[in-house]
Amino acid sequence: MRQVSGVGLLLGLMALPVALGQRSSESAKNSNQSFAIVSFKWDHVKEPYIIALWILVASLAKIVFHLSHKVTRVVPESALLIVLGIVLGGIVLAADHIASFTLTPTVFFFYLLPPIVLDAGYFMPNRLFFGNLGTILLYAVIGTVWNAATTGLSLYGVYLTGIMGKLNSGVLDFLLFGSLIAAVDPVAVLAVFEEVHVNEVLFIIVFGESLLNDAVTVVLYNVFESFVAIGPTNVTGIECLKGIVSFFVVSLGGTLVGIFFAFLLSLVSRFTKHVRIIEPGFVFIISYLSYLTAEMLSLSAILAITFCGICCQKYVKANISEQSSTTVRYTMKMMASGAETIIFMFLGISAVNPDIWMWNTAFILLTLVFISVYRVIGVVLQTWILNRYRTVQLEIIDQVVMSYGGLRGAVAFALVALLDKDKVHDKNLFVSTTIIVVFFTVIFQGLTIKPLVQWLKVKKSEHREPKLNEKLHGRAFDHILSAIEDISGQIGHHYLRDKWSNFDRKFLRKILMRRSAQKSRDQILNVFHELNLKDAISYVAEGERRGSLAFIRSPSTDNMVNVDFSTPLPSTVESSVSYLLREKAGPVCLDMQALEQRRKSIRDTEDTLAHHTLQQYLYKPRQERNSSVIPNGTIPSENPVQDFTLKEKDLEFSESEENNDYETLHLGKGVDFLANVTQQNFTDNPAGDMDHDVEMTEYSSSDDQLNQNGSVSVNPLHFFPSCLQMPWTQNYSSLENRGNISLSSVSEYIASCDPNVPDLFWESGTDTNNKETVNSGYCSEVSYKSENSQEENSLLIFEGLEDSYLKEPQEKKMLLDVQGNYRSAAARRVQSRRSFHRPKPLQHPKLQKLASLPASCHVPPHSLEQEETQL
Amino acid sequence: MGSAHSVPAEMRELADRTGFTSEQIEHLHRRFKQLSQDQLTIRKENFDSIPDLEFNPIRGKIVHAFFDKRNLRQESDGLVDEINFEDFLTIMSYFRPIEMNMDEEQLDRFRKEKLKFLFHMYDSDHDGKITLQEYRNVVEELLSGNPHLEKESARSIADGAMMEAASICVGQMGPDQVYEGITFEDFLKMWQGIDIETKMHVRFLNMETIAHCY
Repeated sequence: MRQVSGVGLLLGLMALPVALGQRSSESAKNSNQSFAIVSFKWDHVKEPYIIALWILVASLAKIVFHLSHKVTRVVPESALLIVLGIVLGGIVLAADHIASFTLTPTVFFFYLLPPIVLDAGYFMPNRLFFGNLGTILLYAVIGTVWNAATTGLSLYGVYLTGIMGKLNSGVLDFLLFGSLIAAVDPVAVLAVFEEVHVNEVLFIIVFGESLLNDAVTVVLYNVFESFVAIGPTNVTGIECLKGIVSFFVVSLGGTLVGIFFAFLLSLVSRFTKHVRIIEPGFVFIISYLSYLTAEMLSLSAILAITFCGICCQKYVKANISEQSSTTVRYTMKMMASGAETIIFMFLGISAVNPDIWMWNTAFILLTLVFISVYRVIGVVLQTWILNRYRTVQLEIIDQVVMSYGGLRGAVAFALVALLDKDKVHDKNLFVSTTIIVVFFTVIFQGLTIKPLVQWLKVKKSEHREPKLNEKLHGRAFDHILSAIEDISGQIGHHYLRDKWSNFDRKFLRKILMRRSAQKSRDQILNVFHELNLKDAISYVAEGERRGSLAFIRSPSTDNMVNVDFSTPLPSTVESSVSYLLREKAGPVCLDMQALEQRRKSIRDTEDTLAHHTLQQYLYKPRQERNSSVIPNGTIPSENPVQDFTLKEKDLEFSESEENNDYETLHLGKGVDFLANVTQQNFTDNPAGDMDHDVEMTEYSSSDDQLNQNGSVSVNPLHFFPSCLQMPWTQNYSSLENRGNISLSSVSEYIASCDPNVPDLFWESGTDTNNKETVNSGYCSEVSYKSENSQEENSLLIFEGLEDSYLKEPQEKKMLLDVQGNYRSAAARRVQSRRSFHRPKPLQHPKLQKLASLPASCHVPPHSLEQEETQL
Repeated sequence: MGSAHSVPAEMRELADRTGFTSEQIEHLHRRFKQLSQDQLTIRKENFDSIPDLEFNPIRGKIVHAFFDKRNLRQESDGLVDEINFEDFLTIMSYFRPIEMNMDEEQLDRFRKEKLKFLFHMYDSDHDGKITLQEYRNVVEELLSGNPHLEKESARSIADGAMMEAASICVGQMGPDQVYEGITFEDFLKMWQGIDIETKMHVRFLNMETIAHCY
């Protein structure tokens, strides 16, 4: 098969030059063979073509599975893939009469396994992993040896009774078989457990075991294979001792190789600043090299690549740009998921091969029984020992899941396929049994583990939004606990961690991390950054929902962005967190996953009310500018991080301003008066309480103004007659010198508009705001309002305007109440953040005065809002 | 084992009160004597002699907590100058791991005690509220281990956390409400769903096996 295709490939490669040669030497003897314009060269592309086709089929299958949500919720994907593989294998067999495609050990170990293990290592929750390392190691080493020995010996014992009939195997063959069937398989465990979502401790123990037991499996496999080869009579004590020594060499050697390459990778990634494009490549290539190197030195390759991923992740993630980081994440996930898909499908296909089957009911059944029973016994025994030392006890339920989660998979199959038929005479029996075991564990246990977990009420992992407080307290805990250990004079877990992190900070980071990354790389900062990023993402998502992304993209936004990013506010921005992070990351890369989650949570709140409140409340600053409303009002506030928040605020303001433009225009006559009132009010204000805080807010409100004017007025420029443009430019320029605070600019602007052209203005306003309603003209006003600002605006319109202003705060409250059933935590956070800093509108004497004014001079909510921020 | 036999009654009483086993108490007593240089009480200066503490960014707060009367289960408020062994044990007992045989109520009390300790550490002016300023101080100290981080960043993080706390604890606030600080009830609310019991503990050496070697 292979030779044929190799020849085909060769021929194909030669075809081109030959064809060219023919062309150049026309006079040559081959005149009968003319140049073919199109030629069919199947053999030329056959191998890669078939591979690509298989990958395509597997991927398509995944799509098909997920079409039916019902099926995937019950049946794990791995099981479906195996079944599909069997079906496909059947088809191929029927067509070809020969099983041409199987999962070969070479392909599996060199191409399919590394991406999965690298993915596991690179995204390993390190803290959890090292926190449970002792437990994991015990299960991985002792557990695997126990399983291998008991399964092999029990099978041999039963064989001696004669139930299985005549086999050509000695005790060593059975032990060899036991050793390869004993190991829990990382691929299968990942595939099944990722869908089950058990709590993280349980997951890390089962998964960590499946990763680390590779060393044991490899050693046991090699030892017994060589024992089988040299024959049972030649096995001496020295050989056994060699086997034990080789275990340590293989496992520690593999780990060291991994750590070495992790160091190398981190170091390289420190200097990739100018080759950002190939940055992700280094991650894959160097980790793959660690795998191959370990394989070359006959050390544990899985351990090598696992530890390479585990050790490098921190430094690499800090060093590479955010885009590269996203690339790495997605490429890794894609490759791992693809490899997993192919593995399971080919496991199914490989099973359809009459040549490998050899049925022995007793042997197969007993193997199934033994591996299950001994797994349970092993887990219970080890947990009993462990629980004496663990602070977080592993309970009976956990033990059940751990025993039940001992899935066997493709590693066992590949190992058994590697056996030499000349030495291991019952290879076919072993292969068939392994296939049955793998199918049984993956399909049957994979199917039932979900209901089992639900039935036992195993603590599930919950995805929580990262909370700043949680992180801060967590950090405080670490320090407290290590201090308590110091004080009470014990060397415990926290002590070691503390020392390690000191060492890491002092030496490793300096060598392995970029200087800028050293600065910004702090978990708490990351969470902070993440939260800010989320707000920013929701800002974009919200803009899109409103259909008015146009104004986000419009020049006015650049303006906004400039305020935030490019023109640093003196002395504050430099030290701000987001500045730090930006410095490192360049353009902020919105992580796709976060984006997705965000979208989802927004979709949850789809109804219009929520929508409205979102608009109203989402874009509130994380930081409050005016310190008097932050707890403990006496603190002078020079909040540095306002970059994101400024933007949010601006958006909100501009949004509400649009609303209120409609209103004022609606009012028509009142506009002039209104302008006067606001102006007067404003000029009165600073005299009242001109302290530090007011200064701050004034300054910021002028910023807001700037952007409002930008966001609303720049767009209408296309529509407005030039006379209307004037006030805008005036305002704009007046805003530029910040001392001059033009609170009234909006009203001024409106006032200077000719009341006769409200239609024009209004339409353009709608355009910027809500594209859908653009065509419906004037009537759409009501619909727009009822859609977007039901509560507030419709009330304002229909109930008359006299005291709507007074009502406003109550309505706000009402809105908040309605919001109570919000599902999105972020929205809740933002919403209450908004209410949290919300000042007291009615207590200000100026406003009281305003309230007593005639109805016609209703102050639009927006300018009210501005007043509020000044208080 | 000698001292355990000589003062069994006192030992048992301590064990009852703090929940430590007598072996653990003995071990801690040795440590206490080491720290106090064979005095009956420990003063703040004694903690300076622990070299490993030096790098702890919130070292001051932790040491402070040892002398906080609220943590020592005393009625009054304020600080003491020196603590005796019993006080030392009391503080240490905040960090005991949970035991298997605890019922719901005990667990709850246990949890609250632990949180109270943490709360007291944050609430440095003893007014029952973690104000923004106090929170900022803590965060600044926490992050002081990173030389590249400036105070401003720490402050803004504290502000962000305070916002978050306010949103979690109060949720919906009236327009004229001002969030003044995290009270203990709020603090409990913030910790809902996070199993602090499994986090805030130190494995005090169980001396059972080692004690026989003496």
